[in-house]
Amino acid sequence: MTYAKREDGRKFDELRPMEAKVGVIPRADGSAMFKIGKTIAYAAVYGPKALHPTHLRNPETGIIRCNYNMMSFSGSGDRIRPGPSRRSKEINLVMAKALSPVMDLSDYPNTVVDVFVELLQTDAGTRCAGITAASLALADAGIAMKDLVVAFAVGKVGDKVVVDLDYSEESFEEGATDIPIAVMPRTGKLTLLQLDGDITREEIKEALEKSKKAVKQLYDVQKEALKAKYEEK
Amino acid sequence: MGKLNVKDKDIVVPGEELADGMDILPAAGTYRDGDKIIASQVGVVSTNGRLIKLIPLGGRYIPKAGDTVIGKVVNMSFSSWFINVGYAYDGVLSLKDASSEYIDRGADLTRFYNFGDYMTCKITQVTRAMNIDLTMKGPGLRKLTGGKIIKITPSKVPRVIGKQGSMINLIKDKTGCRISIGQNGLVWIQGDDPAMEKLATEAVKEIEKKSHIPGLTDKITKFLSKEAKTTTIPKETKEIKK
Repeated sequence: MTYAKREDGRKFDELRPMEAKVGVIPRADGSAMFKIGKTIAYAAVYGPKALHPTHLRNPETGIIRCNYNMMSFSGSGDRIRPGPSRRSKEINLVMAKALSPVMDLSDYPNTVVDVFVELLQTDAGTRCAGITAASLALADAGIAMKDLVVAFAVGKVGDKVVVDLDYSEESFEEGATDIPIAVMPRTGKLTLLQLDGDITREEIKEALEKSKKAVKQLYDVQKEALKAKYEEK
Repeated sequence: MGKLNVKDKDIVVPGEELADGMDILPAAGTYRDGDKIIASQVGVVSTNGRLIKLIPLGGRYIPKAGDTVIGKVVNMSFSSWFINVGYAYDGVLSLKDASSEYIDRGADLTRFYNFGDYMTCKITQVTRAMNIDLTMKGPGLRKLTGGKIIKITPSKVPRVIGKQGSMINLIKDKTGCRISIGQNGLVWIQGDDPAMEKLATEAVKEIEKKSHIPGLTDKITKFLSKEAKTTTIPKETKEIKK
């Protein structure tokens, strides 16, 4: 039950190489691309706009609605078949809930902000890459936010606590536990934590402790991407 | 004494800590958390005495009473027009605010404003539920015929207008175009010369793109005189030079 060294040679608390770009879809109100390892997520934001069906309208504030989709050619397809499914519907709700704590849509009552997340290529950590890209796209759309949101997975592979599992680790033969988390980087508060699998209380604590460095690193990538759009060329 | 963590004209992103201390006050685009003032938008920092605010670099238009906007007729009822001003829900222009002319009961309303018409109008009232009331009564408010409409980010409208209209007058002088700007980011441009109309459009787009960079007026003056030279030379003369 030992996992002595990571297959891609990363340290146990190291994220995969990242890349972010803002404003990639000109027709959208806000958009972003986020790439972590082999996982590529594109997010586009439209709105605030009129909300239908009308029974969802909230006269106090606007709401946020997410749409997660793995493109049909995106993955190897041996575990999850891409396309609309029960799983993607659940992720829609999970992403909206992970993003809503930072949103302030009180200036836009009765409206909706639509977030579309498309995954061009998947290698685990898709919902996290989606949330990270969506948070960038929302900021690009000029919507008031308390903070950005960064998301990645922590977990256990074999006997080691690791940060940012890729697909080969997630499907590690001797057992792996994957915990996607989303964090508001300024305060360090969690907006998402999902867990199914075996892990002890101490190991979760260790995993969250290890995540702190990664949060900062990911936030810096986001900050840089947002500012790069406005740098003088 | 409070401490500023950023300089004037810095670009910041949501969640960045702008200042520390209770004697500095948060204004538009920022909020207070404990002692700290935090950015809540992507924007350019602007300080004024003890106030710190952000000039946003993006975002949709939020209607405000008193704004002059450019709207488009999207729907009509027996006694009113529904005007899209760039917000999620349409504004209402009622019959009594539509014209100084007497409008007979049962008159054909399309005679005044038809579907797809653009107009400059003024927002008289915005309710808490964001119902927007509009009027056409006021100086300079009229239907826009001819010309073209372009769209820019609403937060950049003040830069396109400039101090006391300096920027917009510069473009008007150099190109000879008639230009109207709505606070909602719609710009109407009409020129007798199509080349000049194109030049004015490009100048406005240029301002939108470089609004956060200092020395904008000089840049636009240069842009206009440089482009004006190339656009006014007829094709034949160019070929002769070759």
